[in-house]
Amino acid sequence: MGEQKGLTIQGNMATALGAKLCKPDVIPAYPITPSTLFPEKISEYIADGELDAEMIRVESEHSAMSACIGASLTGARTCTASASQGVALMHEMLFIAAGMRLPIVMAVGNRALSAPINIWADHQDTMASRDSGWMQFYAEKNQEGLDLMILAFRIAEDERILLPAMVGIDGFVLTHTVEGVQVPAQEDVDEFLPSYEPPHGKLDPEEPMTFGSLGTPEYYQELKHDQTQAIENAPEVIDEIFDEFEEEFGREYNRVTPYKCEDADIILLTMGSMSGTARAAVDEMREEGKKVGLAKMTVFRPFPSDLIKEILGDADGVAVVDRNISPGFGGAVFAETAGTFINESKSPLLKNFIVGLGGREIFKKNFKEMYEKTKEAVETGEVEKPVEWINMDEDVMRG
Amino acid sequence: MYEVRFHGRGGQGAVTAAHTLAEAAFREDKDVQSFPMFGVERRGAPVAAFARIDEKEIDIKTQIYEPDMVIVLDMSLLDVVDVTDGLKEGGKVILNTAKDPSEFDFDDAEVYTVNATKIAVDNGLGTETNPIVNTAVLGAYSKVAGNVDIENVKKAIENNVPVKHDENKKAAEEAYENVIGV
Repeated sequence: MGEQKGLTIQGNMATALGAKLCKPDVIPAYPITPSTLFPEKISEYIADGELDAEMIRVESEHSAMSACIGASLTGARTCTASASQGVALMHEMLFIAAGMRLPIVMAVGNRALSAPINIWADHQDTMASRDSGWMQFYAEKNQEGLDLMILAFRIAEDERILLPAMVGIDGFVLTHTVEGVQVPAQEDVDEFLPSYEPPHGKLDPEEPMTFGSLGTPEYYQELKHDQTQAIENAPEVIDEIFDEFEEEFGREYNRVTPYKCEDADIILLTMGSMSGTARAAVDEMREEGKKVGLAKMTVFRPFPSDLIKEILGDADGVAVVDRNISPGFGGAVFAETAGTFINESKSPLLKNFIVGLGGREIFKKNFKEMYEKTKEAVETGEVEKPVEWINMDEDVMRG
Repeated sequence: MYEVRFHGRGGQGAVTAAHTLAEAAFREDKDVQSFPMFGVERRGAPVAAFARIDEKEIDIKTQIYEPDMVIVLDMSLLDVVDVTDGLKEGGKVILNTAKDPSEFDFDDAEVYTVNATKIAVDNGLGTETNPIVNTAVLGAYSKVAGNVDIENVKKAIENNVPVKHDENKKAAEEAYENVIGV
């Protein structure tokens, strides 16, 4: 077991370093704020001889993901990075990567979608691709960004899964923020993540095969069922690999991590960097005697329904905090949490709070407000507004 | 938790100063964060950068609104930016100037001064009109805040500053020795 090295680095560098430790063969990328430092660092690693890989500079994100698909088909370990409009431009290729069962890993600097144009943090970009068939992981801090890159490769390449994965780090809040990070030794990552060999054939001129052929009505539905089965089977594999990672590297990961939830009446359900501020708010409210807990979701796809039921099931109320909005309904995490409880005999009252869009700050006081509103709904038994927007500026709204 | 805000102009290295301070504190097994103003930067325009240091793990992910200390790299900013905005009661201000702290009044803030421009120029870091003062002010920080050792500041400078390591470390040391108001 090699020694881990402490570094103070930005989130983009944490994901780039995580990728480098996985020794990718091909990195097609098109830089976009706020994840630009990722391809910059990768090209530096290659130029300095620290990484033996092919970096493909492409003319768009659509081409970046197309190149990822081609590279991955040859059996190359492939990764890229993007954000916002870039992920949106990849949209059709994302479905193809998943449908072809290619274990591509993408670091996303989570950012709002236009219009209006906005470069700051929110989860709309990855949420808009939640039905693409990719697994989705979200980091609270830079350490998680680095670790989740390694974990994403290992999980994606597992023969029981074989699906692409994206690792989200919030734009600026993580991508541009320096934090202390422990970097695993190369030999330990090598051992944790053996080299990738596609188990079911690959693009090889010596042994020609056809990929991406027509899936007629006789086959299509079964193939989609198989693909869906793979991601639905993933939780067990993810748990197993998270456990192994903890054993190897000493850091614990869960698909959903409970904090002070055992006796909690009200639980905040969060994802991404906001979870840290939420934890600080929970600590302060606990000091005031309020029975409040936090459930931090690290894996959004596959949706962790089993853990959601286990952790939230006994609470009176849950404040589901979404940094995204599906206009005409509410937040994505809310919709899926509600769906999880649909056939349960007992369900906590669910409130949805939309926060932090386009880089709007999410303060401790905002989480306290969500607690109070959820508590009030529990006490009165009435949910007047299931979906509420928090930290709004009334002046701007009137303007 | 100790929170610091740097005020500079784009290109003066305020962001590097914040990152370097974070690394210096991390070397003492403290938890740290440092970040720029989130968004776009332009050379010459007023910029701010931030650092957060704690003995415990830092959970909070918001930007810094009520710093314990502000550090002003460029005195021309005093006319255009409210540099003590949100400064905690009894907070500290370090100014890059040849003047004495008694010449400044920021309500109840403790004012410290250091002639970082002269120190930088004497050490060959930039010019009179465009001095590179970001390493010197870190030396002053170490003395005034007293929560990060000057030796760790110097080690962090080696990792974060691309050129003139010895000159930059010497600038930090001289500012440490010469900051007034302590």
